[in-house]
Amino acid sequence: MTEMLIKNGFVFDPINGINGEKMDIAIKDGKIVASVNEKTAQIVDASGLTVMPGAVDIHTHIAGGEVNTGRMIRPEDHVKDVERKTALTRSGVGYSIPSTFTTGYRYAKMGYTTVMNPSMAPLEAKHTHEELNDIPMLDKASYPLIGDWWFVLEYLSKDKIEECARHVAWMMSTTKGYAIKIVNPGGLESWGFGGNVHSIDDQVPNFCITPREIVRGLAKVNKLLNLPHSIHLHTNNLGLPGNYTTTLDTMKALEDIYTGDRPVGHITHLQFSSFAGDGWGNMKSAAEEISKYINNHNHMTFDMGQVIFSETTTMTADGPFEFTLYQLSGHKWVNSDIETETSGGIIPMHYKRTSAVNAVQWSIGLELALLIEDPWKIFMTTDHPNGGPFFAYPKIMAWLTSRKARMAMLKKCHKKAQARSLLPSIKRELSLYELAIVTRAGQAKALGLKDKGHLGVGADGDVAIYNINPETTDISQKYKTARAAFGSAAYTIKDGQIVVKDGEVVKTPSGKTMWLNVDTNEPCLIDEDMKRRFKDYWTIEYDNYPVFDHCIKVPSPITVKADV
Amino acid sequence: MSKMIVLSPLKKFDVPVQADCINPDIFKGKTLEQIADLHLTEGNAQLTLCDLFKIEETEDGTSNITINGDVSKVKRIGQGMKSGEITINGDVGMHTGEKMAGGKIVINGNAVGWTGSQMRGGIIEVHGNAGDYVASPYRGSEVGMRGGAIIVDGDIGTDSACYMHGGVIKVKGNAGRFLGYHMANGTIYIEKGCAIRLAPCMTGGKIIVGGLLEDIMPSFTVDSVKGKVKVDAEITAQGPFYVFLGDLAQQGTGKLFISKPSNPQLGPVYDKYL
Repeated sequence: MTEMLIKNGFVFDPINGINGEKMDIAIKDGKIVASVNEKTAQIVDASGLTVMPGAVDIHTHIAGGEVNTGRMIRPEDHVKDVERKTALTRSGVGYSIPSTFTTGYRYAKMGYTTVMNPSMAPLEAKHTHEELNDIPMLDKASYPLIGDWWFVLEYLSKDKIEECARHVAWMMSTTKGYAIKIVNPGGLESWGFGGNVHSIDDQVPNFCITPREIVRGLAKVNKLLNLPHSIHLHTNNLGLPGNYTTTLDTMKALEDIYTGDRPVGHITHLQFSSFAGDGWGNMKSAAEEISKYINNHNHMTFDMGQVIFSETTTMTADGPFEFTLYQLSGHKWVNSDIETETSGGIIPMHYKRTSAVNAVQWSIGLELALLIEDPWKIFMTTDHPNGGPFFAYPKIMAWLTSRKARMAMLKKCHKKAQARSLLPSIKRELSLYELAIVTRAGQAKALGLKDKGHLGVGADGDVAIYNINPETTDISQKYKTARAAFGSAAYTIKDGQIVVKDGEVVKTPSGKTMWLNVDTNEPCLIDEDMKRRFKDYWTIEYDNYPVFDHCIKVPSPITVKADV
Repeated sequence: MSKMIVLSPLKKFDVPVQADCINPDIFKGKTLEQIADLHLTEGNAQLTLCDLFKIEETEDGTSNITINGDVSKVKRIGQGMKSGEITINGDVGMHTGEKMAGGKIVINGNAVGWTGSQMRGGIIEVHGNAGDYVASPYRGSEVGMRGGAIIVDGDIGTDSACYMHGGVIKVKGNAGRFLGYHMANGTIYIEKGCAIRLAPCMTGGKIIVGGLLEDIMPSFTVDSVKGKVKVDAEITAQGPFYVFLGDLAQQGTGKLFISKPSNPQLGPVYDKYL
């Protein structure tokens, strides 16, 4: 029976419409309740501080095969950022691909309590969960990559949506996943043959299917299964100049599936999908066209994929795109084909202010976040580590809330990018309330996490308290103060326990791993043919393929009732 | 150059000492007590400078810091220094002058490895052998030496000058294997011989070998014969030299100048292509 009372903070809780009111938050046994006994409860004095729900990150590569390979090939990344062991915390290395424990500590120091690992090859699901087990203090989940999974492609090419849905339900419980992740649909299968798809109507070799059919099919599957999150989509032609038309086509392809209640798709790291121009020489921002479409349609959500000027490592399942980056930079790189499931690539990347392309990319992310009027549609991410390391989030918060901050950065950028940027004309500055939407409430809502991202009764007791007094501090002017405050939370409270105080870790409980237990009317068809194929094409026997229950340290299954 | 700090080891070190505090920029403007209080580690023990070294100050210094004695277990002396001079009378440990941007380090003895790793400016003189990984970057990193000069009287070991992007390395002795791996710019002058696998993946820069080259990589093509080659403002190497271009596997435009008189074995193979 642990009780806690957070007194007199300025509370920002957009899901319940609370905008900076002074009020108390009561937590009992890890859940938020209406009131607790003030005499016996632990009191946290938040007077003069900003209280928000624990932050949520919808897209961050923190565990799994790719991340681990990235760690292996970048010793020079770790040498410049070493964390010492303390009495409480473990040692680790950091920078762009921190070790597991360091990842947990650094996220918690910024007030984050829920993170989503968006790229899990089904074959590497066990490995991914092993790493997620080690990440302390955070609740997490993974999205299995099934956009190029052979069985899905076969079902969809034969238009067997219901069988496909049952199969995806089986995949969710087999890999202990949370959402459908699609990366460069069709392109990864083509990459196995050295090719790629260049529009959403290209044919995928050997399968008689197009990216459009894959995305539409899986969006329908998602609807039939009632999964909490929509399909999580990394578009075709990502990272290539002129790809914004593909992005628009993809969004248009999903329009008719929307029935007006929940979004049907989430396009992730939108910045990388919003390039105009027909070559790197005249590559420019298409934020205006993209945001115009988004402002008029409600069937999708997005996240930024903001670029940070720093040295980082890019890693994605989009093998052909990584090959493009290798051709541009000539760095050491890794490319892999994961049996029949997906591909993967890793390459170091240095985003420079003096590079026109990188500066335009930096500008695109912010333009999108500011031009899309509804903050419930676009969320703050860097696509860690692809756009930059996650510990740069406070910088993005400063750029979003302060025109002064972003103009100061723009002045240091390449001249061409300054001339092409829309930022000087954008006056909008996000308020703390809107910032709470793009970093917490919106993300939790898009993910369908009912007990995250808000402070209403019944929510998880995950609270972040920052050293900002909204009455006396104008964050648009004093952006450096805000940046420092967001970088080290005064308190991070996880399940009703203080885990970070004044930016220092004080407790390291294990976080939960969430996964979907999809309850279908009929079980998925696992026939001899499928088992035979596992024998033929996979390096793992069918019986050893699933992630067993004992592989997960603190399981938190979410049961979903499907319509098939 | 008026005041000179003289450091003498108080004992023979048998575990590595991390002494990046031995640096003229750090010593500058500090009293002897403050210098004695500087932090270093021996193995896993956190110590101060006066626990391991006797510290004296003399007025008639030729350099800012002089170290007398064997410090071959002491790493990172002069790391990141921007000005001033260090003289070491004895053998020195790894990473001496790593990332240095200016100033001078004179080593009257041998160095172990990673000497002048990733340096950007300044001069390192080694009056003995310089060990392996001279001027090479940290493992995995892709930017090595970018400027400055390293002058070695003895030999250099394997994997030296990897990813070199500028500066000069002059060696009076021999060089080990994999010299100039992935080199992109800069000049290396080896007065004596050079071991196998010279300059794999080279994309630019020049390497001059005055002695016997054990083996040339097949991805280099012979271009011409040149009488003499300018190394830097002071030295011009006298040939004649075979000029090889490469590494063709990387579309590289680097040049190897291989002494013709010292390499009679190359004649029968390459003369017909000239």
